[in-house]
Amino acid sequence: MLRITKGQRVMIAGILIAISFALKQPNFNPTVSDVFMIAAAVIAGYPIVLNAIRALKFRYLGIEALVTLAVTGAIIIGEYWEAAAVTFLFMFGSYLEAKTLEKTRSSLKALLDLAPETAKVLRDNGEIEVSPEEVTRGEIVIVRPGEKIPVDGTISEGSAYVNQASITGESLPIAKNIGDVVYLGTIIESGYLKITAEQISEDTTFARILHLVEEAQDKKAKTQKFMEVFAKYYTPGIMILATVIFLVTKDIELALTLLVIACPGALVISTPVSIVAGIGNGAKHGVIIKGGEVIEKLAAIKSLAFDKTGTLTVGRPTVTKLKGFAITEEELLYLAASAESYSEHPLAKAILEAGKGLEEPLITPQDSQFIIGQGLQVKLNDNIYYLGNRKLMTENKIAIPTEVADYLNLEETAGQTTVIVADALNILGVVSIADEIRGDALNLVQKLKRLGIKKTVMLTGDNKLVASSIAKKVGLDDYFAELLPQDKVAILKKLQTEDKTAMVGDGVNDAPALATADLGVALGGIGSHVAMETADVVLMSAELKKLTYAINLSQATIKNMKQNIYFAILVVGVLLVGVITKTVVLSSGMLIHELSVILVILNAIRLLRFNEK
Amino acid sequence: MTTKTFQLETLTCPSCAAKIEVAIKRLKGINEIQVLFSSSRVKVTFDEALTDVTEIVKTIEALGFDVLSIK
Repeated sequence: MLRITKGQRVMIAGILIAISFALKQPNFNPTVSDVFMIAAAVIAGYPIVLNAIRALKFRYLGIEALVTLAVTGAIIIGEYWEAAAVTFLFMFGSYLEAKTLEKTRSSLKALLDLAPETAKVLRDNGEIEVSPEEVTRGEIVIVRPGEKIPVDGTISEGSAYVNQASITGESLPIAKNIGDVVYLGTIIESGYLKITAEQISEDTTFARILHLVEEAQDKKAKTQKFMEVFAKYYTPGIMILATVIFLVTKDIELALTLLVIACPGALVISTPVSIVAGIGNGAKHGVIIKGGEVIEKLAAIKSLAFDKTGTLTVGRPTVTKLKGFAITEEELLYLAASAESYSEHPLAKAILEAGKGLEEPLITPQDSQFIIGQGLQVKLNDNIYYLGNRKLMTENKIAIPTEVADYLNLEETAGQTTVIVADALNILGVVSIADEIRGDALNLVQKLKRLGIKKTVMLTGDNKLVASSIAKKVGLDDYFAELLPQDKVAILKKLQTEDKTAMVGDGVNDAPALATADLGVALGGIGSHVAMETADVVLMSAELKKLTYAINLSQATIKNMKQNIYFAILVVGVLLVGVITKTVVLSSGMLIHELSVILVILNAIRLLRFNEK
Repeated sequence: MTTKTFQLETLTCPSCAAKIEVAIKRLKGINEIQVLFSSSRVKVTFDEALTDVTEIVKTIEALGFDVLSIK
């Protein structure tokens, strides 16, 4: 059989219809014109009939069967123009739908195109080019400016500016040095890197994103499920109506026209096209929204609960102040850094980082004991020292003089976490440590309120004074301090009884809370595969502005979806009334039907260009 | 029970999805079927004793859709 494309078929049918019209002259044999019209109907109708038969073999009555029935009927009653018009419009419509639908799905394809095709790997002292899947873990790959990084790995040599837009949506290049982690699909703008491969192809962050987005685009929204149920009853309903009308009035034209409008195409497609476009837009901007239902929830969120460390703050505590009471500041730092030598606690890391500037080598602790919720007890040069909070001091019967107590209050009210350093008898000094608040946390609440968020709260394990200071600086409505992970879950549950609440965290130590929330949002998903899997919404970069973007986008998506639904319902109504009152005939019925489907798709395409101002 | 995912040529109308779903459900031994419209994939969980991949591919192709790959 002659294979022609859908586009060619539509064109040939169109030309035949045009010729038929041209031949419709008063002094010309009308049969010639009719022959061309029938030919057009056959050319355009062939695939419709074929598909109808294929489906009927499986006892499925679809739109093709209805159109076939309507067209056959039209030919029998001599309405050749109607028959040609219906088949032509149906084919032309589905051709345009395919083209435009492709566009709504283009974001994912664009993302796929960002995958690297080759990797340069060091083997046997030489550099060879292989496909990225052929690299094995532990091998060294070499990447030069303009090239895509072909693995997830750690830099072992060199430094570079890397554009991570393919993952985070941010095109501002980031400086990367030895020891930093780089990701597949990101591009070196300048510099040169040797990277030790750690994750290959399917296991990389990039591949996971693709996979998640792909799955998300097919996860149906509640609205969509409803529409599908509606269509399931609407189609047979109209068919029964057509049969009844035919039997009662014997008006075959009316009955056939009803068949053509029995499939509410625009209504069925109204939701999925918006969702696909919305999710695609998010993926391009480093925001993964896992499905239609998540978009619906995110758009309806009224209350947000934030984790503190790593979410509202950078998550990298640094020493901000040293205060010696019995010793000098330098002695205090020396002592604290020595004592914390073996500790893994974030506060200890901050002290050790500050201690790096000391010239004298640190003393190695002889003994070191970590006391949960209090601090550290260490032995340095046969002397006992305590580093921790007030509780540690009182437990060990070390008095806190008023001078020290006042100082502690002052520091904590300013948002500083304090570490008291004492020997066996007296307090020697206080180290103040603070975790910097994220730059974009400061205007966050204002932006959220504009998006209709009523309440913002912070949940933290930190003490009340610190929590209050940060909550105030960020402008949160409320805060809950000194919480254990299970407390966070309990508070979330309570918040959720009042409002639809989303939990925002870094997904590392707040996983239970993220899972409990109506909606879990993970910040900085690039660093944690666990967070990417558990959260409903993943913000790839650790930027709070992505949170407002995600909420804004989901609201825009829902708005778009509603426009589509209302429009589609209107079309269903207009068609039904039009057909019954006979203002809409076969051809115009099909025209309106196809036009409405395309308009709905075009409206969804607008979402791809959505960008927050 | 096994689950296989069939990658089809691009699906362009939601009614195609419905059609494939109905047709495959009519086969024997089908436990679950999901037509992923946006990614043009069909995910089928079936009992290998009652049907097989060839049968499913045959059904999809009989409806007029090319199966590009199976995973």
